[in-house]
This record gives sequence, C-alpha cells and structure tokens, in this order.
Amino acid sequence: MLTLIKIELEKTFCHRRSYIGFLAIFVIIVIVQLAMYVEGNSLLSFFIQNLKDVFLFEGNLLNGYFITFILLNSMWVLMPFLVSLIAGDMIAGEANNGTLRMILIRPVSRRNLIIAKLVAVIVYVFLIVLFLMASSLLLGQLLFGAGDLIVYHGSLNIFEESDVMWRFIMAFIYGFLGMMVVASLAFLLSAFTENSLGPIIITMALVIGFTIISNLNLELFNYIRPWVFTTYISSWSLFFDYVVDWQRAIESAIISVLHIFVFCGIAILYFNKKDILT
Amino acid sequence: MSLDKEIYILLKNLSKSFGDIQAVDSLSFSVYKGDIMGFLGPNGAGKSTAIRMMLSLIRPDSGSISLFGTKWNKQNHKILSRIGALIEEPRFYEHLSAYKNLEILLKLSGKKADSKRIHEVLELTGLQERSQSKVKTFSQGMKQRLGISQALIHDPELLILDEPANGLDPRGVISIRNMILRINQEMGKTILLSSHILKEIELISNRMLIINKGRKVIEGEVNELLQKGDVKVKLETDHNKQAVKLLKSKNITCEVDHEGFINFFQKKKYIPDIIDLLVNNNIKVYNVDAAKTLEDYFLDMT
Repeated sequence: MLTLIKIELEKTFCHRRSYIGFLAIFVIIVIVQLAMYVEGNSLLSFFIQNLKDVFLFEGNLLNGYFITFILLNSMWVLMPFLVSLIAGDMIAGEANNGTLRMILIRPVSRRNLIIAKLVAVIVYVFLIVLFLMASSLLLGQLLFGAGDLIVYHGSLNIFEESDVMWRFIMAFIYGFLGMMVVASLAFLLSAFTENSLGPIIITMALVIGFTIISNLNLELFNYIRPWVFTTYISSWSLFFDYVVDWQRAIESAIISVLHIFVFCGIAILYFNKKDILT
Repeated sequence: MSLDKEIYILLKNLSKSFGDIQAVDSLSFSVYKGDIMGFLGPNGAGKSTAIRMMLSLIRPDSGSISLFGTKWNKQNHKILSRIGALIEEPRFYEHLSAYKNLEILLKLSGKKADSKRIHEVLELTGLQERSQSKVKTFSQGMKQRLGISQALIHDPELLILDEPANGLDPRGVISIRNMILRINQEMGKTILLSSHILKEIELISNRMLIINKGRKVIEGEVNELLQKGDVKVKLETDHNKQAVKLLKSKNITCEVDHEGFINFFQKKKYIPDIIDLLVNNNIKVYNVDAAKTLEDYFLDMT
C-alpha cells in the first residue's frame, strides 16, 4: 500500500500540470497584493467611510491579514477548478491514456490502487490550500505588515491582531475540507468516465450552479440549500464572525466529511467492479 | 502430447456481452506450459475481450478462468505477478523516461526497483541506449519494444501478447518475431500470442486457436491443423494450357493465376500421381508448391 501511495504521489508531482495551480495562485496573489499596495487605501476608505464619523480608526488597517481575507474571498471559483483539474484526471486521465490497464494487469488490488490515488488527491489539495494561505499571509506581512483585521461578513467586524491567527488556521482547515468535498466529487466522476474533461466540467458546473442556490436568498432555495454541498464549503468564513457559531461550524465539518466519505465510497465501490475497456 | 503438460491457462465456457453484442460466447480453451499459442480471429471476434477477462480488466458474465491451476478471482490477484502482458498498443507515462516507467511497473509487480534487471530487459529489447529518454520521444516501434520490456520486467512465467507487432514496418515485425522466439526458446516463457498477422502465427506458434463471433472455431497443433483436408497446390509448367486441359479432364478444378502458376486444391497424397500424369503427357513441371497456409486455413474457418 505504501509503495502504491509513493508511486501515485511521484506520478502526480512529476507532472508539470500539477504545478499550474500553484503558479496560478502565486501570480494572482502577487497581482492582487501589488494592486492593493497601490490602491488599497482608497478601497479601505470606501469600506469604512460611514463609520469614520462614529469611530476613531487607529493603526495599520491595510495589513497582510486584511489582504489575505480579501484574497480568500476571491478564490472561490479558481480553487475548485484547480483541485478538480487534478482529482478529475486521477482515474479518467489514466483510463484515457491507457496506463490504467498497464497498472491493473499487475498484482495490484483495485481497492488499494484507488485508495492510493485518493491519498495523492488529499495531499495535493492540502498542499494547494496551504500554499494559498501561507503565500498570501507571508507576502501580505512582507508588503503591508501586521495589524488588526477589519472584515465585512454580514456585519463589519474588527478583530485585534492577537485574535486573528487562529481564525486563519481554522479557515485553512475548513477551506481544506471544502476543497476536499469538491475534489471527492471530481474523483467520483473520474471513476465513471474515460475522459478527464467530463469530470472537471461537470464538477465546475455543479459548484457554480449550487453556489448560486446557496447564495441567492430566494424562498424556494431555502428548502434546497441544506442539501447542496456548496452551502458547507464556504464555512471557513464562519470564523470571521465576531462570535463564532460553533454549532454551525461543527455541523458543517461533519456534513463535509460525510460528503467526502460518500463520494469516495461510491468511487471505490464502482471502480472495483468497472470493466476497463480503454 | 499437450495432455501431459501443465496447463497455464484454462478457460471454461467464458461469456461476455456488452448490451446486445455477444463479445465472447462460451469460449473454452487451454494454453500449456512452454507453448506459443497463436490466438487468431477476424477483427471484432472477441480476442481482446477474452484476453482482458484473463487479466481481470473485464468481468465475465459467466464461465471460469484458471491460471496456473488456480481458479481466478479478485481475491487471488497476486497470481498476476506470474503473468506479463501487452494489450494492444502499449501505453506509458510519456513524461517519464523508459527506465522510470519500467521501475514503476516493476514496483507495482511487487518487486524491488532492481536497476540491473531493468537494464537487462532494456538490453534484450534493444532500448538500452534510450533508457533515460522520455517515452514521448519514442517511435511506434520503440514503444512496442518497451511494451514487451514491461511485460518481461518482473520475469513472469506466462506472457500474453495482444497484437505485439501492431503498426510496425516489416523490419519491426521480424524483430518482434525473433524476440518472441528467443523469449520462448531461451527464457522458457509460455506465450499466448494474439495477432492478425497470420504469417507470424504460422511461423512461430506450435498451437493455435481460432475464434469467430466470440466462439471457438478450432484449437490444436498448428502442423496437424494445416495438414488436415486439401492443400493448395501451385504448379509451374512449360505448357499451362495443355496442363489445365489435362487436369480438368480428371475433374480437377484449376486456374492460372497472374504470375503464371496453375492453382488448385487437392489431397496431399494425390500430388505425385498428378505430377506423373503431367510428365507422362510431355509437360515439364519446373516447380511444385503444395502447402496449406494459415491464411487459407483461417479464411476457410472464419
């Protein structure tokens, strides 16, 4: 099993395509941070213009934390795309290339193979979410320094500098869980097809469609909302409420983990019986 | 003769359908230790489906497969470590080198990454000098040879080769044929060889199996099968017109082909009498070719 995991990791990280995601994230972070360096103060002024008459703002509000929060909010389309690019290709890509049959004619159990592939997906998702967090925080600190965090999340919340880091760590954990739900869905679809384009497109279509349902405040959608996974993948932002709703946070984590288990479980069961015709 | 030998592959009433299409229909046959078993059939006959079922890539609807005397099921997938296979066009991780691909496949076969073994196999298939080149830079012929390398890398006892000379030029076909013969004769590997190049099967197989529409048409020793029934006779004479008239007077249906040879089918034992007849009628016979080719046999049977 360990050998299989090592081989799958090696295959994933020997592929140039696996680094496109890291490069894309880095480029976006650099562009956004440089833009904020030039125009960030006017954006922040717009943010707090109504409060200036009531409150006295002191210190460095345009800081690395503020920029990281803005970046995390803007990545909701890109990150699912990047993780489904790898997870959607994991099985279907090999089936399409014909390398899957080269593996399966070896004394390898199908269940172990798909679990090894899943581990490679988990490692990739973990690293790419960590890279997003770490690089935006580090570059933000470097360019803008630290300070209190001011965010708008339902209401305008201001967190002291000492109260910020744990929120980002929790946001990272929940961001990872959310992206794992997306990756598991792409992985499941990948087990069903022989072409990696299909799983990637279907995953993205579902993410975008469900996100609309999750975010549009219509009465009809209120009934559907608890049943779509996108309602839970944005749970990382719960940690930027002044008082964290822990019950909702725990509920979200459990539902996300359940989604991951169900998607991956179906993928394993189906792959175990699948006829390899390519 | 084969009855005394150990059976490496035994298929019993194997069937598989895809929707309405019956790809393999109650197929039964055996491959014995030391054989080069030719596996023939027209396109779509079910050869690849049968091979994929033997290698657990496709689940049979019914029937059974025994490998090395053990009934095959998913729980004993370890048995695949005794089999090397090349299925249709070989596929590799194109962004990795030939060496790296073989190393991965060797590890997947449950063996340690043995550099000596990898170089040995690359040497055998003539790819030693390109061992560090990425597979995407390889020609079709080189990929085909790398395909045989990967089938051999874990030193299996049985090789299942599905169209190993597919897409190769005549030189490539000969090179693969010689390689297969060496693997069988010098390394003692048993080989199930599926090919649509009938001449290749005829030249290197000791046993053969023909299937059509998923069903077995015939199975047996190549020499015995080819000696059954009429043989195709080609005659070169100095007087074709007179010879044809004479043969027809003896109720032998014959015709002269575009190369000027008289062609007809006849039982092998009557050929000397026919030659005598021609010679006694002052017709000189320069050349007699009396052989049943596999191609003739194949066309008769399918």
